[in-house]
Amino acid sequence: MGDHGSKAGVEPSERTAIGIAFGNSNSSIAYVVDDKAEVIANEDGDRQIPTILSYVDGDEYYGQQAKNFLVRNPNNSVAYFRDFLGKEFRSIDPTHNHASAHPQESGETVLFTVKDKAGEEEAASELSVSEVVTRYLRRLVNSASEYLGKKVTSAVITVPTNFNEKQRAALIAAANAADLEVLQLISEPVASVLAYDGRAENKIQDKIIVVAELGGTRSDVAVVANRGGMYTLLATVHDYEFHGVALDKVLMDHFAKEFMKKNSGASDPRENAKSLAKLRLEAESTKRALSLGTNASFSVESLADGLDFASTINRLRYETIARTIFEGFNRLVESAVKKAGLDVLDVDEVILSGGTAHTPRIAANFRYIFPQTTRILAPSTETTAINPSELQARGAALQASLVQEYEAEDIEQSTHAAVTTVPHVTNAIGVISTNDAGEEVFVPIVPPETAVPARRTVHLSAPKGGDVLVKVVEGNTHIKVTKPEPRTKENGTSKAAKVEDADEDGDDDSDFSDDEEEEDEEKREKVWKIGSTLAEAGIKGVKKGGKVEVSITVGVDLSVMITAREVGAQGGVRGTLVSS
Amino acid sequence: MEATVVPLPLPVLPEGWEGENGFKVIGKITKESASQRTLEPVGPYFLAHARRARHKRTFSEDDRIQAQERAKKVEDDNDSEISEPEDAMMLQRDAKDWKTQDHYKVLGLSKYRYKATEEQIKRAHRKKVLKHHPDKKAAAGRADDDNFFKCIQKATEILLDPVKRRQYDSVDEEADVDPPTKKQLAKGNYYKLWGNVFKSEARFSKVHPVPSFGDENSTKEEVENFYNFWYNFDSWRTFEYLDEDVPDDNENRDQKRHMERKNANARKKKKAEDNARLRKLLDDCSAGDERIKRFRQEANAAKNKKRLEREAAEKKAAEEARLKKEAEEKAAKEAEEKAKADREAAKKAKEAAKNAVKKNKRVLRGSVKDANYFVEGDASAATIDAVLGDVELVQAKIDADEIAALAGKLNGLKVADEIKSVWKEEVERLVAAGKIKEGEVKALVA
Repeated sequence: MGDHGSKAGVEPSERTAIGIAFGNSNSSIAYVVDDKAEVIANEDGDRQIPTILSYVDGDEYYGQQAKNFLVRNPNNSVAYFRDFLGKEFRSIDPTHNHASAHPQESGETVLFTVKDKAGEEEAASELSVSEVVTRYLRRLVNSASEYLGKKVTSAVITVPTNFNEKQRAALIAAANAADLEVLQLISEPVASVLAYDGRAENKIQDKIIVVAELGGTRSDVAVVANRGGMYTLLATVHDYEFHGVALDKVLMDHFAKEFMKKNSGASDPRENAKSLAKLRLEAESTKRALSLGTNASFSVESLADGLDFASTINRLRYETIARTIFEGFNRLVESAVKKAGLDVLDVDEVILSGGTAHTPRIAANFRYIFPQTTRILAPSTETTAINPSELQARGAALQASLVQEYEAEDIEQSTHAAVTTVPHVTNAIGVISTNDAGEEVFVPIVPPETAVPARRTVHLSAPKGGDVLVKVVEGNTHIKVTKPEPRTKENGTSKAAKVEDADEDGDDDSDFSDDEEEEDEEKREKVWKIGSTLAEAGIKGVKKGGKVEVSITVGVDLSVMITAREVGAQGGVRGTLVSS
Repeated sequence: MEATVVPLPLPVLPEGWEGENGFKVIGKITKESASQRTLEPVGPYFLAHARRARHKRTFSEDDRIQAQERAKKVEDDNDSEISEPEDAMMLQRDAKDWKTQDHYKVLGLSKYRYKATEEQIKRAHRKKVLKHHPDKKAAAGRADDDNFFKCIQKATEILLDPVKRRQYDSVDEEADVDPPTKKQLAKGNYYKLWGNVFKSEARFSKVHPVPSFGDENSTKEEVENFYNFWYNFDSWRTFEYLDEDVPDDNENRDQKRHMERKNANARKKKKAEDNARLRKLLDDCSAGDERIKRFRQEANAAKNKKRLEREAAEKKAAEEARLKKEAEEKAAKEAEEKAKADREAAKKAKEAAKNAVKKNKRVLRGSVKDANYFVEGDASAATIDAVLGDVELVQAKIDADEIAALAGKLNGLKVADEIKSVWKEEVERLVAAGKIKEGEVKALVA
């Protein structure tokens, strides 16, 4: 990926680089201070800045201020424009722009017609989507510059994994027009992973991570293999049905119906554009409140027909009415794991990212899908979790701090396909050990899907001392299902009962009652299967209770170098397997 | 990655196991058991991977080179600050003259000056103290030699106090960059030379960032922004450092106040002078700035464009009218000449026709004469008259073409009968045509 800024002329020593999470609904900016990423609050004090621009009497507003103008000034407000960048009119989805400026066709690109100049006689101007992006980025950069007290020159920007080359090029061009050098474009899920891995207390481990990015207008799930701090995307799924706006919609419908019930004869607030905008704005803040507390109020002055409306909702009720959407998230995550050719048991970590990921119910559902050993990193399940809305910006800022000392050309060369495309071993490489029962077990040293060249070292014990065998083998996992006792029962009735239960206590997800029943019965576990033998090494005369260090280095040509020696002793055994 | 500790034990080496140097190769990894995938170019470990891949280093080589680089860095830092030589004059300075000493030079920071960080000053101070501490001098047999040590202490005291440091920086002429001379400018490098001047002046700015001077490609906006900034320059420069000492004894209050007033006035004057100096600097700079001239020309060009266009249009219209008129005149003249020529040609043709008729008539008359007036022997005058009279009559009745035709027929005939028959024929034709009455012509047909 040659995603470096074409804007030359910024010397590495003169750079001030930030990370920008440029989202379709909200954006964030972050900066690294003392090796820690900090998300910058803008002038309004927002860390999540709505990706909206609004023009009133020639004044430009952005962020939350612009969002508030969606009620009174929808036609001159531009929202949800990020995904239109670098796309043709026929391939865009204008659903979410219903309540703001509508996108229009213009040759190769998309444009918006807004009045961005003061005065009655001034004609509305036609802004191409890249012009809108440039203006918005300029505002973000200004906020960051004011906060930092020095001019921000460069940035790392996050993009979805399915952003194509044209969209990337359009984003870089738009950023350059805003006088911003793009150091690199990095994909959103990897930015989230980096935000966790960049913490000082973090230790680099080999793990499989599922990153669920639940945004306002789209949800993206990615399965990422972290191998010694190097990240490889194994699978991605994208969804435009289940997202934050869908949850807002559920609340809007709920309160609109309640409003009409309370005020007989009042018109449906969803029929009137202004009422709908008020409803939408309040529904979103109610949703946010429900992520923090168990009760939330909903109140709008003059919702429709001049009637005020106030009501409350508890979390249980919300989770019941939004159940279908929560279930959609579950299916999305499961399909991503399946697409990667893995099992939920293979997953070591689930990172929840994006604004919608604050919802406790979603994290609880995921907790239920994955085994107990999997960490679910969401505010409601882990106290040490990072705010999901800030993950991408932090990751981008960390990357920016890493690459800001590089020349633009160095960045380009380092991110070139010749460097990024490398062979990954399919099978694990490990040694044979014995367990308590005296059976041979596989100890993985180089896990599957590891990018080569790779080097791993393990220490194994030799409690009895003497001569020991280091047998290096390939290994593979499979899911062992043990059914304790096949028993018969009336599936139909128990299932129905289960569903009822789920609805009553609202704690279980009925969609999974089926699987759960089976899972309750059968025990699924991941076991290593020993494959073909690669090499054997004999270590003689190991001290009693000594340790043996085995180091495996897989070269880029898939040759394997094995070193085995007793820890603290001289010499050792070394050998190389040449690849075919 | 660090080594992971696995608690599981290794199996015991079976009896009779043999291997070359304790190692036995059994299998290998094949290309089929690996898939090509794309790494995400993100994170410190990827950058390490990229570094290894680009420089074709192995893990252990890279580890060694990285360790070396890190070790070198610390050394470099140390080197750079003690590398400045201490000149002998400076070492002999009297600490009482601290006002005139170059504090940065004393600490060996003369290449950093106002850019030196607090960290650097502290480190430089420590280094100098280690070298010049009086106790060390005493150990070398030079007791009570603490003069330069005092200079170091004074320099550190001033540079580590932000207020005093600003006062000193304000009058630190070593950091000034002199405006380029005409000779220097003549060699080119206008933007670089002036840019350095303003970079050094920018250290006094209260507002940051200071717009850069730019180069010949800077936009009008950037250039205007630059000059606006500098003409409204907000400077923290003060001249307290140059104050005369105020006696701090309590004996003469008037004297003290007088000195204070004098100092305040001197500061004010110097500040005003400094402002004037900066203004002159700017005036000099902008006077030679090609960009401003270019922008002015461009602005004028834009303003004049309309007028010029209109004038050009008028000029063009006039030119077109003139050309049209000329073309018309030319056409008229040509037409006239053609008509004249036509007239002359017609006249000539007419005369030619007349001559031809005359000639033909002569042929007609000659023919009857050749035929001897249609009689044998000498013809009488009356006969001649009658015949010629008839010829005249016939000639009068027919037009020029018919005369020519008749003449053609008669020409060359010498025999009287033939001539007569021609005449007879002609007369009969005329009679038939009703041009001549029967019997009117007698002599010719007799």
